[in-house]
Amino acid sequence: MDLNRREMLIGVGKFIILSGSARAALNGGDAQKYNMAEHWWGMTIDVSKCIGCGNCVRACAAENGVPKGYFRTWVERYQVNGGDIEHPQVDSPDGGFNGFPPRHETGAKSFFVPKLCNHCVDSPCVQSCPVGATFDSPDGVVLVDEKYCVGCRYCVMACPYGCRYLHPTKHTADKCTLCYHRITKGLTTACCEACPTGARKLADLKNPADPVHEFLRDNNVQVLKPYMATRAKVYYKDLDGAVR
Amino acid sequence: MGLAPHRPSVKRILRESEHLVRLALVAAILVVAFLVIRKAVVPAGFGRYGHYRAPSLDDVRARPISFAGHEACEACHDEQAKVKSQGKHAQVSCEACHGPLAAHAGDPFTNQAVKPDPATLCVRCHEADSAKPKSFPQVASSDHAGGVSCGACHNPHRPAM
Repeated sequence: MDLNRREMLIGVGKFIILSGSARAALNGGDAQKYNMAEHWWGMTIDVSKCIGCGNCVRACAAENGVPKGYFRTWVERYQVNGGDIEHPQVDSPDGGFNGFPPRHETGAKSFFVPKLCNHCVDSPCVQSCPVGATFDSPDGVVLVDEKYCVGCRYCVMACPYGCRYLHPTKHTADKCTLCYHRITKGLTTACCEACPTGARKLADLKNPADPVHEFLRDNNVQVLKPYMATRAKVYYKDLDGAVR
Repeated sequence: MGLAPHRPSVKRILRESEHLVRLALVAAILVVAFLVIRKAVVPAGFGRYGHYRAPSLDDVRARPISFAGHEACEACHDEQAKVKSQGKHAQVSCEACHGPLAAHAGDPFTNQAVKPDPATLCVRCHEADSAKPKSFPQVASSDHAGGVSCGACHNPHRPAM
């Protein structure tokens, strides 16, 4: 072979570029189905719209087979007496699964706060997993690999939001998947589908047409425990300072 | 000066560096053993996107769906959808009250939907509670209707009387 150094380098360059574009063309067929690179999932929650009906909790349990007494999402009722935001009274009977016993307080601030996995960008749970069984998916959802989890509970301890539990029969860590099996098929999450007031809305932060951008721009928005620097992606509108 | 350059024979080089050849062989065996064990122990797809098993994304996606979504309901029940769209419950999705019905949407004849009971359904949202937003319509069911079922006066699809 009479290849000099220059010709060989050009040849190698052509090979890399051509094989790359061939692969891109092949993948183009699948891209119409679901392309992880085009999405960045989160959720918006309007606290001023939540009525504490518990529809989201029941829907989540039905959709994901969440065992009784465990919650991937739940609702808390806050009551702040006399402006004492350091000591709010919080109740969440059965996670709000059956709604809340009616309460008629006058002179106290009271509201409902739905909670779920915050699908953090810098997730403490992912960082603490010793085997790589929990991870941030390329489209921004924190998931658990049931076949790989050894059930050590490190992630349950690490989550500052209490969003994880050890599944009582599978003995692996379990949590909100943001209904990954639904959102990757173009549906919304079960909790958002069942929410009667539209308090919770699935958000695709990479989709320029998603109303999440107006939501974040036009409202007072906060995430839970911002001082934990988890870069949570569940955005709360009108979140009171009493919420933990 | 004047001396011819000394060139040792290949044989002699091999004999003199036998210990190095042996070491290289051991190193090669170790590298091969590492690669074989790694192949056997590390699951397929591990590390494709990060420090996890890439096919587990497909495992999560493979779970079955329980809530069909209101578009699926409206495809058949267009009459109810039309009535609902004119009232205050326009933004409430069908399965918020009727429950998960993907099985019914997939095969409507073998999986019949059950009509929800208005006695428990309506109060779930509309029972008065001081924690509910003030703008949300609420009633104290005990003194609102005097025991009459909600459905006697309100059509849940279009609740205005």
